[in-house]
Amino acid sequence: MTPGRLAALALLAALAAAPFVPMAGMRQYVLHVTIQIFIWSFIGGAWSLMGRFGLVSLGHGAFLGLGAYAATLLWNFYGLTPWVGGLVAVALTVGFALVVAYPCSRFRILGHYFALVTLAVGEVVRLLIIAERDWTGGSLGLTLRPARTDASLLAIQYADKRVFYYASLVVWLLGLWVWTLLDRSMARAAMEAIGEDETAAASVGIHVTRFKLGITALSAALTALGGVLYAQYFTYVNPDTLAGIGVSLRIVFAVVLGGMYSLLGPTVGTALTIALSEYLRVIFGVKFIGMAETIYGLLLVLFIIFLPSGIYGSARGLLRRRRTLEASATA
Amino acid sequence: MLTVEGLTKRFGGFIALGGVSFEVREGEILGLIGPNGSGKTTAFNCISGALTPTAGTITFRGEDITRLTPDAVCHRGIARTFQIPRPFRKLPILENVAVAAHYGAARPTTEAEARQHAREVLTLVGLPTDPHASPALLGAGGLKKLELARALATHPRLLLADESLGGLDLAEMASAADMLRRVRGELGVTIVWVEHIMATLMRVVDRVVVLDHGEKIAEGKPLEVAEDPKVVEAYLGEKIVLA
Ligand SMILES: Nc1ncnc2c1ncn2[C@@H]1O[C@H](COP(=O)(O)OP(=O)(O)OP(=O)(O)O)[C@@H](O)[C@H]1O
Ligand SMILES: [Mg+2]
Repeated sequence: MTPGRLAALALLAALAAAPFVPMAGMRQYVLHVTIQIFIWSFIGGAWSLMGRFGLVSLGHGAFLGLGAYAATLLWNFYGLTPWVGGLVAVALTVGFALVVAYPCSRFRILGHYFALVTLAVGEVVRLLIIAERDWTGGSLGLTLRPARTDASLLAIQYADKRVFYYASLVVWLLGLWVWTLLDRSMARAAMEAIGEDETAAASVGIHVTRFKLGITALSAALTALGGVLYAQYFTYVNPDTLAGIGVSLRIVFAVVLGGMYSLLGPTVGTALTIALSEYLRVIFGVKFIGMAETIYGLLLVLFIIFLPSGIYGSARGLLRRRRTLEASATA
Repeated sequence: MLTVEGLTKRFGGFIALGGVSFEVREGEILGLIGPNGSGKTTAFNCISGALTPTAGTITFRGEDITRLTPDAVCHRGIARTFQIPRPFRKLPILENVAVAAHYGAARPTTEAEARQHAREVLTLVGLPTDPHASPALLGAGGLKKLELARALATHPRLLLADESLGGLDLAEMASAADMLRRVRGELGVTIVWVEHIMATLMRVVDRVVVLDHGEKIAEGKPLEVAEDPKVVEAYLGEKIVLA
């Protein structure tokens, strides 16, 4: 067994045991933060499936919001279990994503233009949620109708955070698994080719539109799933935290910070941004309003300028280079 | 094998191709020549589906392919190279060719088969098959070879080679010409070869079509065409050397 495998197994075992480690009253808080890291890392990973191939979407909030709201509304109004409602929400989001992606691909909306179009789409979804206040609750948000018991499998509602800890751990692992499958397939090479030069890619038989729609559908589906999970855990959805520019940029920042070309980049970036914002919130509290956000923003800008392939990506690159140097020295 | 009839392409008011007709016969190497801006690359773009012709029809092995998308044209068995090499720089050399072998073949291939085929094609053109070798290591000649390898990997019956041999020295030009001859010989691929430096091309091709300002001005055996006064004039008296 390679050292990398061993480390991964040890990490998994630690993660699986974590909820049972005594933490002197801090357990609820630690679990809460960790669950958020899992969910947002998963969403960041879903974003990076497109981002790494040059499809930089600034509108993933749209997919997140659609997923979260659709599942919540189906449960609140029709009593449809989120097991089914979640699937419907994911299917709906994929349909929506394809409607946006098809013209983008057909008319070759790329680069900055693609970013701007998706940015607008994310805002439109946020504004729609606010406008339809009769059933979405508008900008006040919407609370998930409570299940009759404290622990309901049918409603996916549990008072015990540990259930969500494991659920989000599994979902996070699912995201890593999908990323790895794609990364090892020839489809990655095709997407890489498309990201670089669509004309040349098409000339060697790659169906550009099909690939772009496929990767968009996959990314949107996983993002929507993240939205459903978020809604079930927080039991509250709000247009500003789940749709629009704010959350879309938050996803992008975290991934860019960690590194969008590596398996664990989105996770490292998300963990750092969440830890940083928690830390700054605790330090500054309510004393200097806006101070935490300012420092947070400043640090992000510095990281993005000085570590363009992300913290994790850069660190890994450095390690690799050292390893090849050693190898060539011993050869 | 390929019939082009009345091929017309307008860019706004500018006529890049004004009703060009020619035929490519199975097994030949056809030279497509003409001065800068005469419409050679535009003709390739139309045939390969990268551009939609304004008018005219293109028939390949009995099928009208005029309005097919580039990937569909590729699956019919027509591959093209780009005048200015367009490698996928983020992919290793081997993957550049393997992705073409995998998605360009008309029948489904496994990834392992595609990589194997890519190695064979790379060996044929004389590029490294090492899975980590990057296109960044290649010079102008190497990038041309990669361009050719990527096109050949798609199992074409017809190769459209846009080879302005600019940037190559005499030895490289000769070996590029040699390469195309071998491609026809060993793989049985019919070739349309675009070039504007005529001397190299004339020695290799079976027939020549000459374009000037988007019109066909001559067609025939290299020797006859080289003597044609219209061709001589189009090239502004540039001497067409035949060894
Ligand atoms: N996409 C385009 N839009 C507008 N004009 C174009 C376009 N592509 C080509 N042209 C014009 O069409 C004419 C023919 O160009 P083309 O590239 O086919 O020439 P060529 O014969 O390949 O020349 P060269 O030998 O220099 O490669 C040129 O005048 C060119 O400027
Ligand atoms: Mg040209």
